[in-house]
Amino acid sequence: MKIYVPRDAAAKALGADDVAAAVLTEAKARGIDVTLVRNGSRGMVFLEPLLEVETAEGRKAFGPVTAADVPALFDASFGDHPLAHGLTEDIGWLKSQTRLTFARVGVVDPLSLADYTAHHGLKGLKRALEMAAEDIVAEVTESGLRGRGGAGFPTGIKWKTVQGAKADQKYIVCNADEGDSATFADRMLMEGDPFTLIEGMTIAGIGTGATRGYVYIRSEYPDAIEVMENAIEIARAEGILGQSVLGSGKAFDMWVRVGAGAYVCGEETSLLNSLEGKRGVVRAKPPLPALEGFLGKPTVVNNVISLATVPVIFERGAAFYKDFGLGRSRGTIPLQIAGNVKRGGLFETAFGLSLGEIVDDIGGGTASGRPVKAVQVGGPLGAYFPRALFDTPFGYEEFAGKDGLVGHAGLTVFDDTADMLKMARFAMEFCAIESCGKCTPCRIGAVRGVETVDRIARGDSSAIPILTDLCNTMKLGSLCALGGFTPYPVMSALTHFPDDFRTAQQEAAE
Amino acid sequence: MTADAVQQRTDDIVAELSGLEGPLLPILHAVQEAFGYVPQDALPRIAERLNLTRAEVHGVMSFYHDFRTEPAGRHVVKICRAEACQARGADAVVDHAKQLLGVDFHETTPGGGVTLEEVFCLGLCACGPAAMVDGKLVGNLDVARLEKILTEMGA
Repeated sequence: MKIYVPRDAAAKALGADDVAAAVLTEAKARGIDVTLVRNGSRGMVFLEPLLEVETAEGRKAFGPVTAADVPALFDASFGDHPLAHGLTEDIGWLKSQTRLTFARVGVVDPLSLADYTAHHGLKGLKRALEMAAEDIVAEVTESGLRGRGGAGFPTGIKWKTVQGAKADQKYIVCNADEGDSATFADRMLMEGDPFTLIEGMTIAGIGTGATRGYVYIRSEYPDAIEVMENAIEIARAEGILGQSVLGSGKAFDMWVRVGAGAYVCGEETSLLNSLEGKRGVVRAKPPLPALEGFLGKPTVVNNVISLATVPVIFERGAAFYKDFGLGRSRGTIPLQIAGNVKRGGLFETAFGLSLGEIVDDIGGGTASGRPVKAVQVGGPLGAYFPRALFDTPFGYEEFAGKDGLVGHAGLTVFDDTADMLKMARFAMEFCAIESCGKCTPCRIGAVRGVETVDRIARGDSSAIPILTDLCNTMKLGSLCALGGFTPYPVMSALTHFPDDFRTAQQEAAE
Repeated sequence: MTADAVQQRTDDIVAELSGLEGPLLPILHAVQEAFGYVPQDALPRIAERLNLTRAEVHGVMSFYHDFRTEPAGRHVVKICRAEACQARGADAVVDHAKQLLGVDFHETTPGGGVTLEEVFCLGLCACGPAAMVDGKLVGNLDVARLEKILTEMGA
C-alpha cells in the first residue's frame, strides 16, 4: 500500500510529520506493508495535512488529517470516512486549475529522479540541448514568459542580453528570496519539485553560455534549502549537472546559497551584493546585472517560478504556453491565496480571472465568515483593493491600470475588522525596518511615514496631504521597489478606505 | 569560550569556505552555527583572512537580521508579523507572547530561557498565524496553543 503525506513546510506546520509517524506506527501494528512517500503539497493548504492513498482508480485524498485520525482511516480501509474527498484529481479546487509549472508538485516524490522523468521531467532540457543557443533564447522570448518575481520583465530579453555579452564567465542566479507576505509559490516548488528548477536553470545556462548558477534561498525556508541541496547532489551524481550536461559536452553546475533575513535582498542588485558577501544594499542601474552582475560578470537573475516554467515551455513548445493568458500576460500564474480566506493555497491558472472570482469563488470568502473588506495583491508593496475593484482581471497591465501590481501573485484577504490606517502604518514601518539605507526617500521617508500616519491617527487631518506628498517623493525618488512601491499599500488604503483615516473625534466634531 | 578557542574555530571555518565565490555570508552562517552567535573575537580573523577591513565585516554582519552579537536563549520563538498572518490574528498572538514572557522582540527572558523574535513571513500565509519554535514550524497558531508551547518550555 502506497501512502502520501506531504513534506511541504505548510503541511508540516499543520502536523504532517506526526501524521506520517502515525501512519508508519499504525501500519506496523497491523502488519500492513506501507510505502510512505513524502510528496510536496497539492496546494490545498485548507486540506493540509492531506493524506493520499494509491488505489486502482487513482489516488484518494483525506484531509485535513491529524495523527489521531490515522487509526480510524486504517479501520475504514481508507474508504468511507468523514475526511474522505474521493479521488484527488476530481477535487474541484484542483480540477479547475491549469497546472503547467506546478504539474508535478504534490504528485511526485520530490527527490526521486525516476519519478521526475516518469512525469515528463528532462524532456525540455533534452530538446534544448539539441537546439542552437540563439534558438533557446528565441523560444523563451516567443513564449511570452515574463519575470514572475514581480517586475514582469520579459525573460527572453534578459537572456538575450546575457547571451550577447562577451565574458570569460557568466552566471545564472535564481532569486529564491521570497519575502513577500502571501507568497509561497517558490517555497512549494522547491520543496515539491526541485528538479524542475534545476532543469530550468540548466536550460538558462546552456542558452546564455553561463556555466555556473546559484539559488539564493532565504534562511526562513529551511525545508526548501534542504530539498534543493539534496536534489542538486542527485542531479550532479546523475550527470544532469557538471562538466557535460546529460553527456552533451556542455557544462553547467549550481549551488545553494542561504540569505540572512533581509527582505531587501529579494531585489536583484541587492541580492547580488549579498551573494558576493557584501551588505545587501541596492546598486544603481545601469549597469544592468545582465551585463555586470555577480562579481561584475554578465548574470541572468530570474525568479524561481520564471526558471521553473522554462522546462514546460521547452517540453510543450512556446506556442502552447503562449496560448494561455490575457493581453500581454501570457501563460499561467500560480496564485497564492492567503490571509483571512476560507480556502487558501496555491491555484495555478491562466492570467485573466477577475479578482472577485479569485477571492469569492476560489477562495470562498473569508475564514472568519465576515465580509471581505480588502485584498492586498502583490505582497507588502502591493495595493489594497476594495470590493469595488473586484472586476479587475488578473494581469500585469490590468493591475497597473488600477494603481496596483500583480507582484509575485500573492493575495492577502482581510475581513471587515481590518483597520486600514493600521495597515498603512505597518507598510511604512516594514519599509523602515527593511530599508537597505542606500537612498534617502526610502531610508528617511519610511520613518517620517510612520510618524505622519500616527499624526493622522491622532486626529490631525492636515497630515493627510503631507502623507500623499511623501508617498509621491518615495515613489519617484527611490532606487528600488522597496521605497518606490511602499506608497502602493499606503495610498490605496488612504484612497479606497478614507473612513479609516478619520478618527472618532473628527466624526463627532462634524 | 576563550578568545583563542574562538579564533581557532573561526580559522578552521574560514579555511574551509574561503574558496567559495563570495564566501562571507557562508562563513558568518557557519560561525553562528558553531557558536550560537557571531563573537566579536571572530571578526578580525575573518577580516584578515578575506583581506577585508574589520569594519567591512562588521558592516556585513550587522546588516542582516539573522546574525546575533550575543547568544540567544535556550529556546527561540519567532512569530510572523507580516500582513497575511495579521489578517488571521497575529497581533493578538504577538501581544500575548510579549505579555507572558515579559519581553519585547529581540529580547531574552531574564533566566535565559526564551528569546522572542519577529519574522516577516515564513511562507505559511494560508495557515497563519505562523511561528518558528526552535526551528520547527507551527501553523494556525492562537493564544491557547502559544501558551501551551511556552508552558512546555518552562517559560
